[in-house]
Amino acid sequence: MKDLDTLPFPPASKDADAQERSLVQGLRAGKDEAYAQLVRLYGGRLLAVARRFLGNEEDARDAVQEAYLLAFRSIEGFDEASRISTWLHRIVINASLMKLRTRRRKPEEPIDDLLPKFFEDGHQVQGSVQWKESGETAVLRKEVRVLVRTCIDRLPDSYRTVLLLRDIEEIETEETARLLAISTNAVKTRLHRARQALRTLLDPHFRGKAA
Amino acid sequence: MTCRELIDFLMEYLSGEIPPDQRVVFEDHLQVCPSCVAYLRTYESTIRLGKASLEPTEDELPAEVPAELVDAILAARATTA
Repeated sequence: MKDLDTLPFPPASKDADAQERSLVQGLRAGKDEAYAQLVRLYGGRLLAVARRFLGNEEDARDAVQEAYLLAFRSIEGFDEASRISTWLHRIVINASLMKLRTRRRKPEEPIDDLLPKFFEDGHQVQGSVQWKESGETAVLRKEVRVLVRTCIDRLPDSYRTVLLLRDIEEIETEETARLLAISTNAVKTRLHRARQALRTLLDPHFRGKAA
Repeated sequence: MTCRELIDFLMEYLSGEIPPDQRVVFEDHLQVCPSCVAYLRTYESTIRLGKASLEPTEDELPAEVPAELVDAILAARATTA
């Protein structure tokens, strides 16, 4: 799983471990300042995670608030062998998924139109061609990042969520399956389809010309 | 092997889950099918683009958590403690 400390943010100081132990002790002792510090230290990065899942600012803030309240209640159960940032990352993902479930109202669009098509003999109906620009160079440009984010947002929620959990948040297949209450095979199928659908959406923008 | 079979099992192929004797069959197909090579490369680019595009850039990541959110969280703690 991704550690929040790997995000582009001021690097942790050398005595981060000692600082974290002291923070946990303060939380367990019920010190107000320790709670405030936990929110100020990690709140911005947790908000970035919640925004990825939920899209709108109000829901993202709600999810972060719910995550912190759960973390405050569960601090006694925190295993000090783990990093507190990793523990909070997991909790905010859970809170975001809960929020996503409660707000899901309308039926999803089928993903089938975005999957590759084949003739009866198994050949691709539309032959694939290489893209002119690799992901590494393209993503340096803001308009490309906006395009990719827009395309990810167009994926049906049940596929977009698996893509976010596996490819972006780097959560293992088994853990993703547990979080979503689906089988590991369903996680693998949804991830492959989500990647294929995203590739289909990106293809016209990169095919045959620099994106 | 057909293009359909290769593309259906592409994720397992790329993650090394396909046994060696089956990988040979994939590689034989890729030797003769430029369209599947292009699909594989663009599938890999899609993963990299998705990952890199969703990482917040420095100007998108809040330098500090919004003050009103801190206040709301700490106030909620005070009422539920």
